[in-house]
Amino acid sequence: MTHTATASSAKWRLKQPSIIPGFGLTLGFSLAYLSLIILIPVAGLLWRTAELGWSGFFAVFTDRRTLDALYISFGTAFLAALVNVVFGVIVAWVLTRYNFPGRRLIDAMVDLPFALPTAVAGIALASLYAPNGWIGSLFMPFRIAFTPLGIVVALIFIGLPFVVRTVQPIMEEIDKEVEEAAATLGANRFQTISKVILPGLMPAILTGFALAFARGVGEYGSVIFIAGNIPYVSEIAPLLIVIRLEEFNYAGATAIATIMLLLSFVMLLVINLIQAWSRRRYGNV
Amino acid sequence: MSENASSTISKQPFFRDPADERPLAKTLLILVALAFLAFFLLLPLISVFVEAFREGWGAYYEALVEPDAAAAIRLTLLVAAIAVPLNLVFGLCASWAIAKFEFKGKAFLITLIDLPFSISPVISGLVYVLLFGSGSLLGPLLKSWGIEILFAVPGIVLATVFVTFPFVARELIPLMQDQGSGDEEAALSLGASGWQTFRYVTLPNIKWGLLYGVLLCNARAMGEFGAVSVVSGRIRGLTNTMPLHVEILYNEYNMVAAFAVASLLALLALVTLALKTLLELRFGAGNAGGRH
Repeated sequence: MTHTATASSAKWRLKQPSIIPGFGLTLGFSLAYLSLIILIPVAGLLWRTAELGWSGFFAVFTDRRTLDALYISFGTAFLAALVNVVFGVIVAWVLTRYNFPGRRLIDAMVDLPFALPTAVAGIALASLYAPNGWIGSLFMPFRIAFTPLGIVVALIFIGLPFVVRTVQPIMEEIDKEVEEAAATLGANRFQTISKVILPGLMPAILTGFALAFARGVGEYGSVIFIAGNIPYVSEIAPLLIVIRLEEFNYAGATAIATIMLLLSFVMLLVINLIQAWSRRRYGNV
Repeated sequence: MSENASSTISKQPFFRDPADERPLAKTLLILVALAFLAFFLLLPLISVFVEAFREGWGAYYEALVEPDAAAAIRLTLLVAAIAVPLNLVFGLCASWAIAKFEFKGKAFLITLIDLPFSISPVISGLVYVLLFGSGSLLGPLLKSWGIEILFAVPGIVLATVFVTFPFVARELIPLMQDQGSGDEEAALSLGASGWQTFRYVTLPNIKWGLLYGVLLCNARAMGEFGAVSVVSGRIRGLTNTMPLHVEILYNEYNMVAAFAVASLLALLALVTLALKTLLELRFGAGNAGGRH
């Protein structure tokens, strides 16, 4: 692809020649639709933020309630992603390596958080982990629901498939011979797993972590039912946006949204960097 | 056959595969994984149905046929019926342009298509409030023409289209890139028109991937909560979708009704998962995984 690009670099052209028709129509429609639905509305958000000016933006950003909400959103998302990395890798390992009754069914069930509407997950988790719920009552007097810990529970639910589904395909490709070589060289099973298998899985694990974390930061529906939503304690940033909107404080809502948007772009960049790094190092993923 | 194998092995001296875990470690890992999944996935799913049927079939049925619930179900179906076909057409166009041609800025275009996945659903709703709200340029203008976007069905459709935007395109782009354009070039050289090539060559090649993308797109469209809640205004019987109706009932402590409506959405999720698994087993569709 690169050499054809240099060959035609004498004259700049948008697309390589092809006998297949429909380029103008399909690309034109795609760009128009993308602009109308995504680009113009998101640009509008950035435009509104620019109108606030630095001082207005800074006033919202340094507000105690905004900072606490951002801290809670990012902190709980980070914790939940960590838990998901540990248990997600175990789940992926069990699903790829072991055979036990119901494995297929459990494999399919891992995708449940992708398919189950967030509001349904939210009310189900809230009633389960509430002090009088099936799971919540086991932990009494220690409270899970309606505390920041409840947010972590909801985000573990939401983020789990991201970790399992990024790690699982890479695990399936591991060559058994590598492990056998490690065993013949005298490594015990624990050493083989921690020194041979896990390093190769690291890029996938990091990508899964980043995806679960990014999703958790923006999550709204499953969290608000279980969080308790106490300002400064268990109020997440997306909820604060909704509250500001309901107060008709558009400037406040816009500024918080822009901060979150910028942070998630940074996350997206990090994910792409991890993948580029792992491609260079391992040639796959 | 496995019984024979185990009986012959048992006569030989004990041998353990050095590249495998001890049976005890295996069992422990399986138990840890199952307990984790039970606490975080299975019990929440079961509790939806248990709570929904707490007061029996009568109360369950009552909660679903009640006028506001029925209106919410109709609105959810209507929104999905508009949003899914729109994103289906977009997905086909975008994947055709991206997979069949080499052009500048392709990687950037793919990144832009993925953008809604990395935006909080609340922000997806907010952008339309800013675009069509009372403080904007467009909102008052459209209102003077008698067109309501916010707190009405068009706003809900727009927000839903936004959050479900990448689903079909994301399934189709890698699939069509893998398939290349050899089949299409052959059809064209044999005299087929562009449309005939698409209809009789491309479409049969991608139909399972397309179905897979539509399934996921539909599940998300019917279940979307955050984006829709920002633009809907939650007017009962008018702009309440099923997830929003669940929230209202739950906040009114009407648990049986809330979980009854939620159980329909959970059923939708289970059907989606079942069909998705079937498609993966049968046709190997959608092995890309992740990022939904």
